[in-house]
Amino acid sequence: MGDLIQLVFSGTATGAIYALAALGFTLLWQAAGVINFAQGEFVMLPAFGMLFFMAMGAPLWLAFLLSCAMSMLILGYGFKRVIVDPLIKHGVIPLVIATLGVSIAVKSMVRAGYSAEAHPFPSPFPDGQFALAGINVSYSDVGTLLMAGLIVFFLQSFLNKTVTGRAMQAVAQNTDAAKVLGINVKQMVLYVFLINAVLAVVAALLVTPTYLAKFDMGDSIGQKAFFAAIIGGFNQTRGALLGGVLIGILENVVGFYVSPAYKEGVALVLFLGVILFRPEGLLGKSEERKV
Amino acid sequence: MNNQRKTLLLVTGLAIVAVAALFAKRSEVYLLTLTCVYLMATFGLNLTVGYAGQMSLGQAAFFGIGAYIGAIAMKAGVPFLVVLPIAAVACFAVGLALGFPALRVQHHYLAFATLGFNVLVFLMMRNEEKITGGTFGISSIPRPSLFGYALDGAVPYFYFTFVSLIVLAALLWWLLRSPWGRAFAALRDNPIRAESLGVNITAYTLLAFAIGAACAGIGGVYYASLVEFIEPGPFHFSTSLMMLLAVIVGGSGRFMGPVIGTIIIILLPELLRSSSVEWLKFMQKWYLAFFGVAVIALMIWLPGGILSFGDRFKAKGGAK
Repeated sequence: MGDLIQLVFSGTATGAIYALAALGFTLLWQAAGVINFAQGEFVMLPAFGMLFFMAMGAPLWLAFLLSCAMSMLILGYGFKRVIVDPLIKHGVIPLVIATLGVSIAVKSMVRAGYSAEAHPFPSPFPDGQFALAGINVSYSDVGTLLMAGLIVFFLQSFLNKTVTGRAMQAVAQNTDAAKVLGINVKQMVLYVFLINAVLAVVAALLVTPTYLAKFDMGDSIGQKAFFAAIIGGFNQTRGALLGGVLIGILENVVGFYVSPAYKEGVALVLFLGVILFRPEGLLGKSEERKV
Repeated sequence: MNNQRKTLLLVTGLAIVAVAALFAKRSEVYLLTLTCVYLMATFGLNLTVGYAGQMSLGQAAFFGIGAYIGAIAMKAGVPFLVVLPIAAVACFAVGLALGFPALRVQHHYLAFATLGFNVLVFLMMRNEEKITGGTFGISSIPRPSLFGYALDGAVPYFYFTFVSLIVLAALLWWLLRSPWGRAFAALRDNPIRAESLGVNITAYTLLAFAIGAACAGIGGVYYASLVEFIEPGPFHFSTSLMMLLAVIVGGSGRFMGPVIGTIIIILLPELLRSSSVEWLKFMQKWYLAFFGVAVIALMIWLPGGILSFGDRFKAKGGAK
């Protein structure tokens, strides 16, 4: 039993990171109709960004803030202007293909231009662990959960309590109606891209100490983000959180009790189960099909 | 271009490739054969993506399933021409089983389902050592012999693959001109209209997807026999991405689209790799980065793929 509680706890911490990536993914889909296949690379690039700033002598917190700024500029604003804006009118598929192109280009550039090796990344939290109610809890798991929890809490408060946040939700729910109500739709959509960029940097900060910074580290995170978003419900922000945490926990449990070799397959099995029995996702609402 | 000239161009092209193989170096014949093998998979994928309008990111998994079935069965002494239908049927069945849940819901779910499926198949190839040999793979896979004539040499095996590819392509061509094929295009262009005209969307989409998978399985068997040694590496989901991009870049929904795309993703990088010229080697290192950027540019300016260039030119030139 002690094992199980421990697995669930550390799984929740890993799942919280998936949830952050999934959250950005869901927000992009809701507000802008974008399925971003380069979401994993959006996590990988800031990881290298932070390593770069640290190599220049910046402490981790400063590197993090600088990477946030860079990420908002390039992965938020730049991504929207250069790729999404010209393509969104062609429909979902060309945009999906273009993000696949982004994913391949970014990965290969990092590999060819910088390094194909895995680089260690400092943890923002102290090493070691402490005993709590009979289980060993590591500081990094606690820190990850706290940080992810805080981010989600602030994001939810922002979306629900502020005028800008509510306007963004309005855009996500019904773009035309939002426009009629005088909401600056373009600006709101831009905010969503910026939020996604920052979420990716936070996910990078939390995940890279264990995953290591490598050109293909985004493959796995990107996939977990898709699956988490769909399992929880593609049109619900809370769904992404639930999906992420569920995947994190089940991966740990399956890895321990069944076979560590098939840990990576957990998300797919869960996903197939969900779309068979509840295609709108665990928390999602079904969407009308448009003619 | 009218049909007669198209046919002439096609026949000339095929003849040039067939003759060139006689004079090419051994490594070049190998590359040509490899391109043919991948073409079997991408032709199939074009049916799924280009004609039925479904995003599939798991073609390399079916390719791999075909290759492993081929390798295991041929090493057990089963003749090539028996293995081929087994692999095709197996991939068809797996395609049905995978496509069924995904196609009940929105179309981009198939992309995620196939992507995850590819990851799972890759894990099985790597971990089920008793069957697949794990990371050590399966070696000394035999080349087939046909009517008592052994196809061991590079050139005979190339001709065998080349002719098989032409037969497969002809079958697909016939399929697309049949009422089935028309139904595929109808549901790509407007699924709801197709449904109201009595086309069973789910059944046809599923069928297109499964046929595409079967083509990849067939390609896999030829692949196993060509390389004579298989391990999980080539069946990673990144190969599926490249196959999908090959179809899109060439021009999805255009019959010859995969040919252009497959040359770009398989033949060119391998030619660069084997070249001894310094700047070409540099190109090889950055090839994928260029390719990714080119895909983005293509989506922005020419979303119909390279083969749609002519149409666009015609549309602009208009009055001629």
